[in-house]
Amino acid sequence: MVPQPAARRFYGHGLPNVNIDHLQGMLIVIEGADGSGRSTQIGMLVDWLEGHGHDTLQVGLKRSTLVSEELAEAQKGNILSRTTLSLFYATDFADQLENSIIPALRAGAVVLADRYIYTLMARDLVRGMDEEWLKNIYGIAPVPDAVYYLNVTPENLIQRTFAKNFALDYWESGMDLGLSRDMFDSFIQYQGLMHQQFMRLQKTYGFTVIDGNRPVEQVFAELKRKIESVLEGKLNKKR
Amino acid sequence: MKTFAEAGFPGRLIAVEGLDGSGKSTQIKLLKRWLEQQQLKVYFSEWNSSEVVKAATSKGKKRNLLTPTTFSLIHATDFADRYERHLLPLLRGGYLVLCDRYIFTAFARDVVRGCPAAWVRKLYSFANLPDITFFFKASLEVSLQRILEGRPELKYFEAGMDLNLSNDPKESFRIFQGRLWEQYLSMSAEFNFTVIDADQRIEAQQSQVRSLVAAKINLADFARDKSLAAARKPNPSQSQNE
Repeated sequence: MVPQPAARRFYGHGLPNVNIDHLQGMLIVIEGADGSGRSTQIGMLVDWLEGHGHDTLQVGLKRSTLVSEELAEAQKGNILSRTTLSLFYATDFADQLENSIIPALRAGAVVLADRYIYTLMARDLVRGMDEEWLKNIYGIAPVPDAVYYLNVTPENLIQRTFAKNFALDYWESGMDLGLSRDMFDSFIQYQGLMHQQFMRLQKTYGFTVIDGNRPVEQVFAELKRKIESVLEGKLNKKR
Repeated sequence: MKTFAEAGFPGRLIAVEGLDGSGKSTQIKLLKRWLEQQQLKVYFSEWNSSEVVKAATSKGKKRNLLTPTTFSLIHATDFADRYERHLLPLLRGGYLVLCDRYIFTAFARDVVRGCPAAWVRKLYSFANLPDITFFFKASLEVSLQRILEGRPELKYFEAGMDLNLSNDPKESFRIFQGRLWEQYLSMSAEFNFTVIDADQRIEAQQSQVRSLVAAKINLADFARDKSLAAARKPNPSQSQNE
C-alpha cells in the first residue's frame, strides 16, 4: 500500500463530526463581483462536466434552508449591525456547508461554489471587521481544490449590471458604508475596496486570478483548461 | 477580554449563569425589581430573544436542522444582534444591564456539543466580560428535579437529544446537564464567577446577591435623574475583538 498524501484539509478548527479524509469529491470555487460572469460560467461548466460523466452540485451564498429567508428579510430594512450581519452570513454558509457541500463531497461529486468564504471575508474586511476573528469563524471551511477569481473592472461591472437590470444593487454598491450619497460613485469606490481586499486575500489563499473583462467564450476556455488539469491530477492520484 | 468597567463604559453589566432549574431567572427578576424600586436605570435582556433571529432559530430547532456548528453560529448571531443594538448603546448611556445568561452559556453548551473551545471563545471575542457574573450553583440533583417535575415533556435540544446520549429524553437531559455542570465549574475560576449556593432559600440567595451588587457597584451613579451627568462623561474606547 502506498501511503496517500493528506489530500484535503480545513482552513482551521474544522467541523465537529466530519472526517476530512472522507471528502473525496472536488470543490471548485468561482469568486468575483456581481456582473463578473460567475453564474454564466458555472452554468457552462456544469453542462461540460456532466457531459463528461461527473456528478455536480451548485451552491452559492444566501441559499440555506436555515436562514436565507430571514437574512433577505433583515437586509431589506438594513436593521442588522455589522457583527450580526456577518454572523448571519456565517450561519448561512455553515448550514450549506454541512447539509450540501460536505455530503456531496463525501459522495464524490464535483461541487461548484458560486462564491465562498473569500467574498464573505472581503465584505467584512471592507467594513472594518477583525481579520483574525473572521479567520477563526471560517476555519470550518475545507480548502477547495481550486479557486478562480473573475477580475472585472468596476466600469465593466457597471455596464454589465445596467445591461441586465438598469439599476445598481444597494449592497453591491456598499451604500451602507456611506462612501458617497451618489450610488454610481459609491459603487465604483466600493468595488475598488473589494478588489483591494481580494488581492490581499489572494496572497494568503493563493487563488487564481482570471481576466473576466474578456468575452464569455474566452473566459470559459481558460477555466475549462485549468479545471481539466486539476481533475486529471486528482484522478491520477486515486489510481 | 475586559469587563465593561475596565473598557471605560459608564454602564455596568450583571449576568446570571447556571443550569436550567438552578433558580437564576427568579434571582435576576428579584434583583431587577430591587434596582427599579430605587429609581435606577435598568435594562433586562434574555438569552435567545432577538426578534430578527428568532424565526430562524425556532425553525432550525423545530425541524432539527441544526448541527453543533450552526447551533453555535445562530446563537452567536442572536447574541450579536442584542449586543450591538441594545446592550452596547445602553452601556454607553450609563445603564445597569442585567442578562439572564451571557456568553458562558454558549461556551458551556457549544463545547459539550463538540465545538472546539478555542473556536467558540474567539467567536464571542467581540463582547466584553460582565462586571459581575453570578453562578447559581445548585446541586445537579436539585436542578434536575425542579425541571423534570415542572415539565411533562422536554424539548429536543433542551434535552440534548442531538448528542445521542440516550434515547430516553429524561436520561439524555441528565447526562447533558451533568456535562454542562462540569463546563461551568471549570470556567468558574477562569472568568471570576461569583458563586451563589443555589440550594439555599430564595430569600437568602437574594439578600446575598443584593449586598454583593451594592458592594461592587456604586448604585447612586445609576439614578434616573443623574442621567444628564452620566452622558457628559467621555466616550469609552471601542474595543472590537479584544
